[in-house]
Amino acid sequence: MANSGDKKNILGRIAETQVVKSIFRTGVPRSRRQRMMIILNDVFLHLHPARLPVSGVKLKYTWCMGGLSFFIFLVLTVTGILLMFYYRPTVEYAYGDMIDLREQVPLGIMREIHRWGAHLMVISVWLHMFRVFMTGAYKPPREFNWVVGVILLVLTMLLSFTGYLLPWDQLAIWAITVGSNMAGATPFAGALGPGSSLLALGDVNFITPSSDARFALLGGRFVGEGALLRFYVLHCIGLPFIIMIFMSVHFWRVRKDGGISTPL
Amino acid sequence: MEAFKDFVNHVTRPRVLFPLLLVFTVLMFPPNEILFKINKKLRLYKLWTRMGGIIFFSLMIAFFAFGLTDPNFKKIVTKPDNVPIVGLLFLVNFFLWVSMKQAYENDARMDEGKESSEAGDAKEKVLVWPDLVYIEFISLILCTILLMVWSILLKAPLEEPANPTVSPNPSKAPWYFLGLQEMLVYFDPWLAGVVFPTVIILGLMAIPYLDSNKKGRGYYSFKERKMAISIFVTLWLLFWIFLITVGTFLRGPNWNFFGPFEYWDVNKLEVLTNVNLSEYFYMIWFKRQVPQNIILRELPGFFLMVSYFGILPPLLAKTLFRNIFKNLGAFRYSVFVVLLLIAASLPMKMFLRWAFNIKYIIAIPEFFFNI
Repeated sequence: MANSGDKKNILGRIAETQVVKSIFRTGVPRSRRQRMMIILNDVFLHLHPARLPVSGVKLKYTWCMGGLSFFIFLVLTVTGILLMFYYRPTVEYAYGDMIDLREQVPLGIMREIHRWGAHLMVISVWLHMFRVFMTGAYKPPREFNWVVGVILLVLTMLLSFTGYLLPWDQLAIWAITVGSNMAGATPFAGALGPGSSLLALGDVNFITPSSDARFALLGGRFVGEGALLRFYVLHCIGLPFIIMIFMSVHFWRVRKDGGISTPL
Repeated sequence: MEAFKDFVNHVTRPRVLFPLLLVFTVLMFPPNEILFKINKKLRLYKLWTRMGGIIFFSLMIAFFAFGLTDPNFKKIVTKPDNVPIVGLLFLVNFFLWVSMKQAYENDARMDEGKESSEAGDAKEKVLVWPDLVYIEFISLILCTILLMVWSILLKAPLEEPANPTVSPNPSKAPWYFLGLQEMLVYFDPWLAGVVFPTVIILGLMAIPYLDSNKKGRGYYSFKERKMAISIFVTLWLLFWIFLITVGTFLRGPNWNFFGPFEYWDVNKLEVLTNVNLSEYFYMIWFKRQVPQNIILRELPGFFLMVSYFGILPPLLAKTLFRNIFKNLGAFRYSVFVVLLLIAASLPMKMFLRWAFNIKYIIAIPEFFFNI
């Protein structure tokens, strides 16, 4: 890099302009110092440390599954936002909008990317958990981050579960019917759960099919208009909001607990 | 060929395959020295070598390739929503192999008195820019390409419009919950759908607080963490991945079992003559009427549950789990052993069902309380 000052190519010159310099304060990362500064100065890149142990860049050690889970989450966010332009969460329109998405939207593979991406994210999150277990990375001082990770795993599956209903086809409502029937069997809180009949005042039952856990989940006694709206709001706003909070904690704690796990 | 298909249809029945896999998994991931020696004698650890991996995955690919020549197999496996689960099966086995291969390599190094290969790596540091950033960049490009190709080749399924009056047969939950749905065969919804998922989540969260072993952080190793890996991998492979596989590929109309090469016949009948423990106890063993009083009726079940969760833990603490009890202390040990017993209750209930047609250990339908 010694004589790069004399013969600069076009990219090199662009990198020296005032505009580019104002955006990337560090300049072209040539020196060791600059390469560290580019990580430290950038809001996104500084999720990383500036340096890390060699094992942290070995694919056979990391499998890259945590990073890919986050990336697929971003892909799902982008495709999800695009889908929201076309989709109306009502019983009259939902299915028709799916047909339109398939047949009217040019180059319409957003729904495909969203659906297959969702499957892929569930798988990559599971594999990430498996890697963390097999390398013993949950051991002190990372115990709590493992707990946060389990919460993220549950939220991932709930996000996928709520999204399952939205196409409003046979697969969707019956899968959600099967899934939500379980909520009706919650001990004490479900109308068909053990102990619910004990929660009564004389002859008046407090837990009925119109006032139990299943009803709260579906916003109705069966999978209908109320459930569709509830699942839509949870899928697009509620759960992403919660998962973002836990993801922030998760990434923060990866750094604070000492970065990627290494032998003691 | 037909004979082979019949054989596979027979062997994949849960009551045959599950016990086989359970024994095999415990031998593959031996929790203690005795089983570890058997593993060595049978040379099962050879699977975690390059050759073992090549043979294993060739067999797996060959099985799927052969299966795709069968119309029934092909129909189920190539359903668009089932494709990811086929991928999951390959990925899980592949990464299991990757981790165990490295674990055995590290164990061999440490036996020679050397440190794990990760320990050597950790001494040297590299810059995140460019070393890590480029890896991330390349892997996310590859991931994007994979997703785009997959999306172009395979249309997202869309079935008939929702119709609350016509329920498809079988009605299946989303695939990642099919393990829970499969448990419904053996347990009531309040257990399979509510209590077990809660216990699974809490149990996962408790892992770092129950594993008192300080060794094995930040590198692959089997020898130093035999017990932990054995428990986790068994539960993960058998109670998670295997149950999902059965629920996805092998459960057809009326949730009946169908072998991978079997036609999903709606009219297939499976005779169910399941009996409660109380009926066994009073009618078959003592040849008398089942008592009217609920408490008296369910006394055998209560006795069994109390001894399972009340007497077994202290007994185990004195015998098999003596060291664990010493390391964890009374409270953590209780949590550990109760979680383990709840997990073990699934195969136990399965075996009771298969061997004796037991429906419920405790059956109080009056309060929806059936175990």
